[in-house]
Amino acid sequence: MKRAFLGEFEEVVLLTVAILDESAYGVTVTQEIEQKTGRAVGFSTVHTTLQRLEEKGFLSSQMGGATAERGGRRKRFFMVTAAGRKALSEVKQIREQLWDSLPPQTLQLMGS
Amino acid sequence: MTNPPRWANWLLETFGHPDTREEVQGDLLELYDYWIETIGERKARWRYSLSVLKLMRPLATRKQADDYSPPFFGSPSMIRNYLKIALRNLVKNKAYSFINIGGLAMGMTVAMLIGLWIYDELSFDKYFQNYDRIAKVMQNGTFNGEVFHGEYNPAPMGQELRTVYADDFTHVIMSSWTRDHILSYGDNKFTKTGNYLSADAPDMLTLKMLSGTRSGLKDPSSILLSESVAQALFGTSDPVGKLMKIDNKLDVKVTGVYEDFPYNTEFRDMKFMAPWDLYASSEAWVKRAQDNVEWGNFSWQVLAQIAPNSSFEAVSDKIKNIRLKHNPETAFIKPKVYLQPMSKWHLYSGWDKSGNLDGRIQYVWLFGIIGVFVLLLACINFMNLSTARSEKRAKEVGIRKAVGSVRSQLISQFFSESLLVVAFAFVLSIVLALLILPLFNEVADKQIGILWTNPVFWLCGIGFSVLTGLIAGSYPALYLSSFQAVKVLKGTFRVGRFASIPRQVLVVVQFTVSVTLIIGTIIVFRQIEHAKSRPVGYERSGLITVSMNTPELHQHYNTLRDELIRTGAVVDMSTSSAPTTDLNSQNSGFDWVGKDPNFKDNFGTIAVTHDFGKTVGWQFVQGRDFSRQFPSDSSGMVLNETAVRYMGVKDPVGKQIKWNGKPYRVVGVIKDMLMASPFEPVFQTVYMLDYGWASVINIKLNLSRSTSESLAKIEAVFRKFNPGSPFDYRFIDQQYALKFAAEERIGKLASVFAILAIFISSLGLFGLASFVAEQRTKEIGVRKVLGASVLNVWSLLSKDFVLLVIISFGIATPIAYYFLHSWLQKYEYRTEMSWWIFAISGLGALAITLLTVSYQSIKAALINPVKSLRSE
Repeated sequence: MKRAFLGEFEEVVLLTVAILDESAYGVTVTQEIEQKTGRAVGFSTVHTTLQRLEEKGFLSSQMGGATAERGGRRKRFFMVTAAGRKALSEVKQIREQLWDSLPPQTLQLMGS
Repeated sequence: MTNPPRWANWLLETFGHPDTREEVQGDLLELYDYWIETIGERKARWRYSLSVLKLMRPLATRKQADDYSPPFFGSPSMIRNYLKIALRNLVKNKAYSFINIGGLAMGMTVAMLIGLWIYDELSFDKYFQNYDRIAKVMQNGTFNGEVFHGEYNPAPMGQELRTVYADDFTHVIMSSWTRDHILSYGDNKFTKTGNYLSADAPDMLTLKMLSGTRSGLKDPSSILLSESVAQALFGTSDPVGKLMKIDNKLDVKVTGVYEDFPYNTEFRDMKFMAPWDLYASSEAWVKRAQDNVEWGNFSWQVLAQIAPNSSFEAVSDKIKNIRLKHNPETAFIKPKVYLQPMSKWHLYSGWDKSGNLDGRIQYVWLFGIIGVFVLLLACINFMNLSTARSEKRAKEVGIRKAVGSVRSQLISQFFSESLLVVAFAFVLSIVLALLILPLFNEVADKQIGILWTNPVFWLCGIGFSVLTGLIAGSYPALYLSSFQAVKVLKGTFRVGRFASIPRQVLVVVQFTVSVTLIIGTIIVFRQIEHAKSRPVGYERSGLITVSMNTPELHQHYNTLRDELIRTGAVVDMSTSSAPTTDLNSQNSGFDWVGKDPNFKDNFGTIAVTHDFGKTVGWQFVQGRDFSRQFPSDSSGMVLNETAVRYMGVKDPVGKQIKWNGKPYRVVGVIKDMLMASPFEPVFQTVYMLDYGWASVINIKLNLSRSTSESLAKIEAVFRKFNPGSPFDYRFIDQQYALKFAAEERIGKLASVFAILAIFISSLGLFGLASFVAEQRTKEIGVRKVLGASVLNVWSLLSKDFVLLVIISFGIATPIAYYFLHSWLQKYEYRTEMSWWIFAISGLGALAITLLTVSYQSIKAALINPVKSLRSE
């Protein structure tokens, strides 16, 4: 099977869901990304990305219980699937490999 | 705590995806509260609305991950797929594709050519910027109960309109008629057609000047040349300011060169323009008519451009009584002056018997209808063949459905197949049209090209193609795709008993059109032949006419004649006031014993010289020709038979006729000489001796010598007596043949279209027959095994088609009869519609049908039944 491609923003969202563990749903993911990365993301972008990730099989979702504060509407909680975890670790691995293969002088120039 | 914008909620509820609506709304509400706290209410509302807009369904879809949905049928890869399959199908059935594409392309080509022809007709004279404000001044009257229209005007008309009705006109132009004139510059001499016009004519006609100015005609000894004439006379050198001569006598200076008028204008033959003032001052009779304000001499045309704020009707109404005012004695014909707008000159140049405008517009309609029908025939073929073929594909539909095609995909498949065929046909038809156009232009006397840059042309072409493709593909696409896969594959599927009925109806329509066109073509040609073979009452062969255009010819007439006859190339020579193919002068004011005083007479009048009768070969019924032996013949008259009938006089020879008080004596009666239209009855005409009124020289060649040698000899003599003029002669045969040009053009075009229609129809039949034969292969096999002969099978398959053709013939006959009967009514001298024309057309169509069908049916009948039955 062709390896599923993971876009940069998808990666961010997928990671955020993984960070939030049990409490990942639209609002928390949006806020978390805003706080952690400092970039203003639209809710709609987050929402469609969550859906796309679910289509690709990296996320699974489940409707939670109703709460009073949101007009009695339920939340959809997202969880990272095995495929999602695998994709994340693959991405991480590739990044690390790339970092590792940087020549030392370039590394020094980058100040790290 | 405020609520988010209500309209945004409504949008989300209406257009959001139903599967995610609940959680999305919940999330948004939660975020809204959060935004109000962090960034304030105004920004929160703004963000909320923006998010809602972005979350509407087309922008944010949610697919069911566990539910397979077929790819969108309009996706590029699917379209590529459809086209690939369509192309493979076309290549697989080469004969079928050829018939389909070829037939359709042919129909489209015909329609395209006709469309271009109609476009050209409709765009006539639109070249002129003031097109919608220019008119011809005309008049009508009633004479002997019939309304006649005339475009001849008296010389003072222009002045009257210019001064008395100054507010109604922007320009009033006096114009001579477009005639041959000799233009010379040094040794360069050409006979060219042109007009004498008032000085502001170039402005009214919005001439496109290449050099010089539009006001060039204000100088009374100037001339404006068209580009082509300027090139002929002056070559590459600049003509402006050069001195040249008109008709060897008028010295003029070139003051401008204008772009030639396009072919589809009424003034296309106006190759030069000279000032009216020069004309009036050089021609004594014109000067007389203008200076003496002669309202009785109708010899010129008057063109006018009306003022911007008025209408043709209003101005016509104002000027209608001008003629009555100046010629009160014409009150009995109720003369009325009016304006004929430029937009009607070309298509509505005549009037029918009930006084309605008439003319070429009839042919525009006729060809338009033919074009539509030929195209229809081609489309019918296409539809018939695609439906016939598609039934064979029922199994394919079944299998496709069984493996998971949805209906929308099948529909797209069939539509893309028919659209592909139409697209091929359209491209092919443009190529065909390009190839045929030169020939078509020659037959139709046009200069048409494909309108590459005209968006309407492409819009029509492509729009029509798409429409045809959709209609033709609709049956297989919509009907076949509805089959239930199980039934088709189980073999219980049968195309209904009546499935072939629409096809049969279409075949009948096709053949009705074809048979009608055949009958029409035959009758048009018979009408032309009928008029051509009409006795003309004189001898045309070897008769030529030369225009008597210079004073030298008049002065040396007798020596010229003697010398010409001495060459042996000329049998006889005479002059007359009109060539034998033209009756250009009519007069009234004749009086004879026994004439009813209330009878308003009108005779054609021709002045001839002594030898005219011998030159043209008059045939005398009574009396004798003019003769030099009788000096009294100078007041003699020769009548034609119609004139005698018209006068109601018995034995007219020797009787006296007065014309404007002057007595004449009838010396002879000739058989009718056909001088005007070969479709009209011969006009009552009188011939008189008059050497002064000559405008043409008639020469009878010695037929026993070679024509080219004779002409060379004659030219030498003319050069001697008439130096400075090119020797231009016309053969009467050819001039006479020109009278049929319009009818012949129509006939040729109609026959081409008829042949194409028949061809397209038989192409369709061929395809249908092959389909039927193929469909019934097994049946034929069984029949043959049981002992049917080839003849049996042949008649079995041909029978149906023959029946259809007979039905079409039955429908076509009355339709053709009706239309051709009314067409023939236009002509006084017309052919009969004999029954055999109809019979021949019907038999012809039948023969073509049998020929077409037989190939397929015999082929089917000869197949070895072992082969066709083996699979069962």
